[in-house]
Amino acid sequence: MRLAPKRHDARQKRSPAEEHQALVDALAASQADLAALAGEVEDADAEAILSFQIALLEDDSLSAPGFARIAAGELANRAWSAAIDPEISSYDQAEDPYFRARASDLSDLRDRVLRHLAGEADQALPAGVIVAADDIPPSMFLANDWRDGGLILRRGSPSSHVAILARSRGVPMIVGVDVDYLEDGRDALLDGEAGLLIVDPDSDTRAVYCQRRDEQSKLRQAAASFRGPALTAAGEPVQVMINVTGLAELEALDPANVDGIGLMRTEFLFQGREQLPTEEEQYRIYKRMVEWAAGKPVTIRTLDAGGDKPIVGLTQAGDINPFLGVRGVRLSLRHLDVFRQQLRALTRAAVAGNLKVMVPMVTVPEELDQCRTLLAQAVEELRREGQQAQLPPLGMMVEVPAAALTIEDFNADFFSIGSNDLIQYVTAVSRDEPELADLARPSRAVFNLIRHVVDYADRAGRETSLCGDLAGDPAQVAALLDQGLRILSVAPGALGPVRAAISRYSGPAA
Amino acid sequence: MNKLRASVLMRHEVGLHARPSVKLTKLAKAFESRIDLGLSPDGPWVDAKSIVKVMATKAPKDSTIYFRAEGSDAKAALEALVTLVDGDFQDGR
Repeated sequence: MRLAPKRHDARQKRSPAEEHQALVDALAASQADLAALAGEVEDADAEAILSFQIALLEDDSLSAPGFARIAAGELANRAWSAAIDPEISSYDQAEDPYFRARASDLSDLRDRVLRHLAGEADQALPAGVIVAADDIPPSMFLANDWRDGGLILRRGSPSSHVAILARSRGVPMIVGVDVDYLEDGRDALLDGEAGLLIVDPDSDTRAVYCQRRDEQSKLRQAAASFRGPALTAAGEPVQVMINVTGLAELEALDPANVDGIGLMRTEFLFQGREQLPTEEEQYRIYKRMVEWAAGKPVTIRTLDAGGDKPIVGLTQAGDINPFLGVRGVRLSLRHLDVFRQQLRALTRAAVAGNLKVMVPMVTVPEELDQCRTLLAQAVEELRREGQQAQLPPLGMMVEVPAAALTIEDFNADFFSIGSNDLIQYVTAVSRDEPELADLARPSRAVFNLIRHVVDYADRAGRETSLCGDLAGDPAQVAALLDQGLRILSVAPGALGPVRAAISRYSGPAA
Repeated sequence: MNKLRASVLMRHEVGLHARPSVKLTKLAKAFESRIDLGLSPDGPWVDAKSIVKVMATKAPKDSTIYFRAEGSDAKAALEALVTLVDGDFQDGR
């Protein structure tokens, strides 16, 4: 595996006239690339970004300072960077998250032109590459095949979106690494589990990792061929469901191998776009998920925006402490137009199969009551319009300690424990603070709360699952089963290891 | 010099973002006149044909957009631009 090249500085000095022509050609070639791409894409958002980039290239005021620098004797690549970099940093510093996000469109454009200046082909990453970068946009992650490759990022956190996507696809990734020390093109091994990057490994280390990789891929294959219910060593069934963010992850999965979708994170449908998804678009996606599951439960969480997941035009910029701010159901109840659309789409899709609706960040019973009323209204409204709709079971995420402590007060049809947020709220430790990783480990305080919820739910005859990262950690599976949990929902990449951990479980530790 | 002026309230839900800016600058470029855009009646003014400049105003929702134009087709240009902004960039969902 090689570190991917990421800068394009190799240029020979030529005359200003030649440099001028080189930039003219690179701009034209970039424009041709983008026009070709725009012809291929089908969704309005990708098309909008591409036409924005094309418009930027057509705007002389962007390139003019570059040409002026070339006339003054500068190399075309430096001149172009010098012209566009101030624009990028001005967006980077914008207050509005939408404008801030445009910085990545401009740096994308800058790099495309630089690649043409360096005579490099378009950046389809070869297989087996480890990419070291400050951060990468989810779109770039999704556009590449990361087989045998991985990611090392300076920014980003284990709970960032690229991290979530990487986990669900089983791509190794470490964050918080000073990538400046890494040279392009060096051989390296990336151990995502241990958080290790081994540069220039010796042949022994290489052999160890090759063997481990083969074993893991065998394990994954074994997991993929696993059928029927997961059983503990004592023969007790445990349901293992998957966490997903969209339809793409379902393509590679056979619904026969899972007990359902335990968590569909709808915020990914809302992110990085110019316009929020329409009711119709949401309906089609939810319906296809329900159809994929073929009768198994599909739990769809209503928009969990805010916190670390800002959404253009919806979440508030500049919340002093976003994790304690207007997020999850708090946000939805303040944007009823958006929430109603989602609930309409969900009740329409509920007609197609076993769909459940789950509300995030519930703190007090009244919030869930309001959601229940809105859900019923959506069904009524749709039926009045002559459309088919059905009232799905309504459950809640248990991630706020206040809700966990008074769980018996909530009129929920089911519960799902969101361990990531529950741990951070119980321990008062940010998920993104690497220095406090020790404190953020699940403690007795967290397990006691989990047991409290499970005990109540069992008495009340309601289902409880756990859908946080804790469930996907094979080392924690026994502790979770000890608390009485019998439904776990994990990233698809964790299915094999979690099933294996369940099969080793022989009952509560004495 | 005779500059024509016009202004219009922008109600686009997210402000002068990429998609509306692309539409606005494309339309402005269809006219020969010099056209400026500003967020106050006294400027500062930017070239309405430049996406870089127009986006840089970072105009939020509910801002009033001011135009001034100078040239043979200035009147038609202003009418077309005001119609575009007033019609929510034909972008209403």
